[in-house]
Order: sequence, then structure tokens, then C-alpha cells
Amino acid sequence: MPFRRVKFTMNTELIQSPVIYELGHKFEIVTNIRRAEIDADSGWVILELEGALDEIERGLTWVTEQGCDVSSLEGDILAG
Amino acid sequence: MPNVQSLRCKECGRDFPQEPIYVCDFCFGPLEVNYDYDAIVKNISRESIQDGPLTIWRYDELLPASRDNAVNIGAGMTPLLRADNLGKELGLNNLWIKNDAANPTHSFKDRVVSVASTKAVEFDFDTIACASTGNLAGATAAHGSKAGMNTMVFIPANLERGKVLGAAVFGSVVLVNGNYDDVNRLCSELGDDRRWAFVNINMRPYYSEGSKSIGYEIAEQLGWRAPEHVIVPVASGSLFTKVYKGLNEFAQLGIIDSANTKMHIAQPFGCSPVATAFVEGQSHPKPVVPDTIAKSLAIGSPADGYYSVGIANKTGGSGTVVPENEIAEGMKLLAETEGIFTETAGGVVISTLHRLAREGMIGPDEETVALITGTGLKTLEAIEMAVETRTIEPTIRSFDEVVMGAALQ
Repeated sequence: MPFRRVKFTMNTELIQSPVIYELGHKFEIVTNIRRAEIDADSGWVILELEGALDEIERGLTWVTEQGCDVSSLEGDILAG
Repeated sequence: MPNVQSLRCKECGRDFPQEPIYVCDFCFGPLEVNYDYDAIVKNISRESIQDGPLTIWRYDELLPASRDNAVNIGAGMTPLLRADNLGKELGLNNLWIKNDAANPTHSFKDRVVSVASTKAVEFDFDTIACASTGNLAGATAAHGSKAGMNTMVFIPANLERGKVLGAAVFGSVVLVNGNYDDVNRLCSELGDDRRWAFVNINMRPYYSEGSKSIGYEIAEQLGWRAPEHVIVPVASGSLFTKVYKGLNEFAQLGIIDSANTKMHIAQPFGCSPVATAFVEGQSHPKPVVPDTIAKSLAIGSPADGYYSVGIANKTGGSGTVVPENEIAEGMKLLAETEGIFTETAGGVVISTLHRLAREGMIGPDEETVALITGTGLKTLEAIEMAVETRTIEPTIRSFDEVVMGAALQ
């Protein structure tokens, strides 16, 4: 099954929401948190997502719509 | 000769074999080249370095590949120039400019791509690739040509024609219909899907080591010492962390006495996640959508931002956010005082330097190096509104009226 490694960055409002739980229930995606740091104001989570590629894309679109910043693990590749 | 022991995770410290990999399987932390410093210290000296070629490969004891097999078009050993005129303007009596626009494709990217392409050949890749809006495209295309490799340089189709042609002359430029995010996503997927050497993805641990050579050169060209301040333009943060690493490796090996350099982050207002994190006391930069004229710094999600903030804090450095309208002013100031035409990132550096001097963060006599990473000829549009020219008729009278008359006023 394909997988993607991504980083979610969340603001104050979003860290109070079970975004990752919902991602795993609304979509056929297995979420696996590998590293994270959450404090009172913001947080980030690095995780592996496993599922069909189009399902992962749909899931990531939904996460973005919730206000979460989604970036690839390697950061922006397109360099100056 | 390469003195590499392993690739090591910067987060959990696990070791991995030297392969074209860039992320730790266990914690997803970034991998970095881990050297055998006990072996290096026996072989390296100021004299051995000075006996080497006038390129980055004079430091190959501290690079992950040997000079014997290097893909070398002459990157490195760029001028470190005393900047007394600019220093006088800013009230700094001990100012230097490290001019990396003097590299073969006119930016510091030649350093990193020279190392990445050498490792790509070593790993038996037949294709080298990158995604770029400017400097990296030219460096990758040029080194790919020199190495005799297939080259895939992905560029947004709407990029300025001059930048496209500057890379396309070496061959194998692919224009992608889409915005920056589209090109990022495509290249991330291609990086997973194709067995290519993607310079800043699977070659990243090796690629980034090339930037250490700037730190080595600064120390060597100053007469084997580290400066008190270095101002570095920050995009992904890789350059910033590696200049620091280079200076500190030299100190660790006894090549220089010590490295107590304050590392200063320079970013433009339109893309300043790292400098902003520093200013706000955050350790992790928050991603932004870039909107800056300093295109070579337009990395909204910087892979090494966290490490850059840490180094700036640890060294007593700083983070400066430069207003967009001060970038061209910085470019002009450097051109008019030192005769160096820098890219927009250099304008950000000079404006940062100006602010640090004004605010007393840099003392008048403290030895300071400002890093100029590329030439202004690639970003002419940035200074179009900032420079003035005069037009005359082909007569002496017209010359006297328009030029000399203006001079008399």
C-alpha cells in the first residue's frame, strides 16, 4: 500500500481538535505519528499516512481545509 | 579522501549506511554525513589545504567525496573582499564581503551541486534532477553536463525567460505548467517514483555538505581565523547551518584556534518564517506562503529552519526581517560602494547588515563577513525601478545640458 510522509503544523484553535483521529475515520488512511511537539499555542506532527494515493490526496485536502498546514517531510523542494 | 563513517540522524542519532537516502526510518529526522574526525585530524593541516586545488575540493578531507573523482567545474575559492567603502557608510571598520557570485554559474549552488553530482556518479545514477526557479537550475544543469549525466531540471513554465534560458543552455530543462506548489508536489512524487539523483531530496545529506566550504574559505582567507559575525541569507536554512558547521569543524580539528562566530539570519518580509521564529522566541518556524521579490529565498516550508533558529540562539546571533522595499536599496548600496552587483538575496543581507550596525548588534570594530550568494544579473527586474539613467542627443550641448547640468545642480 502506498504511503506518504508529511508534516502537519497547527495553530491554537486546531490543536484542540482531533484532526488526526478524524483523518483516520473519514478516509481510508492509516495514520502513524512518528514525531511531534505540541505546546499551548501551536504544534507540529510528523506522520506517515498509508492508503490509496487518491485517498491520501483527498484526506490531505480535507486536513488543509480544516486550517492545518501540510508540508512534505523534506520541506519545499523548489529552490531558488 | 572521504572520511565518512555513516549517515547519522540529527534527531535520534541512529546510523545508516552511505546510500542515497535522506530521512531516518525510525523517527523521520533528517540524515547528515558523519565523519571520522580522529582520522581526519591526522591528515589535515593548513599546509595540506593550501597545497590543494583552488576549488572546494581543497577541503575534500571534510567532504563526503574525493577530489580524484569530483565533478568539478571550478566551484569555490571565491573572493573575500575588504569592504571599506560600504563599511564607512554603515559605521563598520572591519567588514568583508564573501562574493559567491564569482562561482562558475554565478551562485553558491555550484558548491552543493558539485558534491551532489559527484556522489550521484559514485552511486551509479544516470540522471540528476532538481526543481528550481533560478540558481539551482543553472548549477545542476551545468554539473549534469560536465558529468555526462541525463539532466532533468524542473522549472515553473511562467518563470522569466532569462532564467529559463540560463539553465536551458546546458540542456534538459522541463517547463511545468503550474504554480510553485504544483512543481513542488510533482517533484516530490517523482523523487519517490524514479531512480534519479534528486540533488535536494535523496542527495540532500551530501549536497548540503558542499556549503561548509564557505565557512572553511572564510576562515582560510581571513588568515586562519573565524570572524566575529557572519550574515547569511536564509531559504531552507541549509546554508546557514553548514557555514556554522564548517567554522566549527575547523576549530574542532585545530585548523583555527576557535570559532565564536555570531550567526545572523537574513530574510525578506515576504518569506521570513525562520527570522520570525527567532524574533518571536519560537523554536520551530511556521510555514508561510512566499510572496517576495527575493525569489532565491522563497522557501515557505524550510527543512532546516528549526536548526537555523537553534544556531542563531546558541551563538548569540540574530534574525532580521527586511522590508521588501529595502531589498533593492541594499543591492544598490553594495553596487555603489563596492562594485558588486548582487542578487536580491544579497540585498536582503546588506539591509540586514545595515540594521544590525544601526542597532549596535555589530560593534564598529568587530570583524564581520556578509555573504553574497549570487549575481544580480539573474534578477534584473528587481532593480528596474530603483536605478536611474539619462538619455541625451548625440551632441556635446545635449551632454552638457543633461549630464553636466545635472551634475552642477
